[in-house]
Amino acid sequence: MAHIDEWPEDARDELLNRPMPDFGPAPFVKGAALARRRVAIVSTAGLHRRSDAPFADGSADYRVIPADTPAGEIVMSHVSTNFDRTGFQRELNVVFPIDRLRELAGEGAIGSVAAFHYSFMGATPVERMEGSAREVARLLKGDHVDAVLLVPV
Amino acid sequence: MGGLGHYLEREGIATTQISLIRVHSEKIRPPRALAVPFELGRPLGTPDDPGFQKRVLRAALALLEAGEGPVLADFPERPPGPAPDLTGWACPINLARPAETLSGPERLARALAEEVGRLGTWHAISRERRGRTTVGVSGLEIDAIARFLAAFVGDPATPSPRADRSLAVMLKTASEDLKAYYLEAATAQPGAAPSRALEDWFWGETTAGRVLLALKGACARCPDEAVQRLGPRLVVPHTQKHRLG
Repeated sequence: MAHIDEWPEDARDELLNRPMPDFGPAPFVKGAALARRRVAIVSTAGLHRRSDAPFADGSADYRVIPADTPAGEIVMSHVSTNFDRTGFQRELNVVFPIDRLRELAGEGAIGSVAAFHYSFMGATPVERMEGSAREVARLLKGDHVDAVLLVPV
Repeated sequence: MGGLGHYLEREGIATTQISLIRVHSEKIRPPRALAVPFELGRPLGTPDDPGFQKRVLRAALALLEAGEGPVLADFPERPPGPAPDLTGWACPINLARPAETLSGPERLARALAEEVGRLGTWHAISRERRGRTTVGVSGLEIDAIARFLAAFVGDPATPSPRADRSLAVMLKTASEDLKAYYLEAATAQPGAAPSRALEDWFWGETTAGRVLLALKGACARCPDEAVQRLGPRLVVPHTQKHRLG
């Protein structure tokens, strides 16, 4: 897949000039030092376990990825054709950096890694994900997560 | 992506994010974002480079310690890897065929099955070396995927091969599985290939690419409205639409 700079001009302009929703002032939650945070990954790459139902066009729900899911059981069903998948095919962490996060926890750079991580499918307008996002927030709190790394694709 | 940051922070959970499209983050103004100069699909920069990935991750997580926001920082490094020289890579296995051997649905199906077979060894090597494959979201074996897609191109009234999944979902997941099979096989071969060269190879030189180009037209002829919506947007990438003629 080409870098955005190599896209046809009309497609590139549409992407870069796409209207974005107005969320107003950003809330800014503070917390403990990074070395004491429990961190979860929330991806919009359309990731899920092999046994889960794939995402479909317009899906606004999410999939749960337990931290101990083997790399070979994590697949992708994002509906867009306009991003590179060969990186993900070669190695999981370029999209879902779970091993890197574990390493940082082992080094003491973060406190711990969450027991559960989550994925949405980012081709769906984000306004439609609000209810699902609130549900994920409740699940994250149950796992004592106090920092989320949001990873696009 | 940035919208999720707003929603989670409103619920009291601090977020930091990687941003692949800086101008979107400038508009959405998420609480904390690290803009990275990487191609779409590679938010951590490059596969098989733990050191680089960890530098990206550390930079994104460090934003959690900012005193106030919103924060939009830039990651300064470009990922290592093959230069994006579009003429610098060719698949060692030449799959190109004379057009006359691909005319008609039966010949196309036969050619696709043969091609899938020719790549079997390299796909098996990919699976062994990487310990995984991303093929299989459709739940079909690769031979069944090839038969299904070739059959649909020949007859858009072909039903879903799974009773529990719609035709649109099966066409989408099967076509992505087919691409993943080819690209995993190609990237297992010696010689590093930039992603654009791999994409040009798949869409320009393989029977599978020809089948997926034909799939777009078949979707338009299908009576299922969900499949009709699939064809124009979710089969052929922007950079390859010139091949549709």
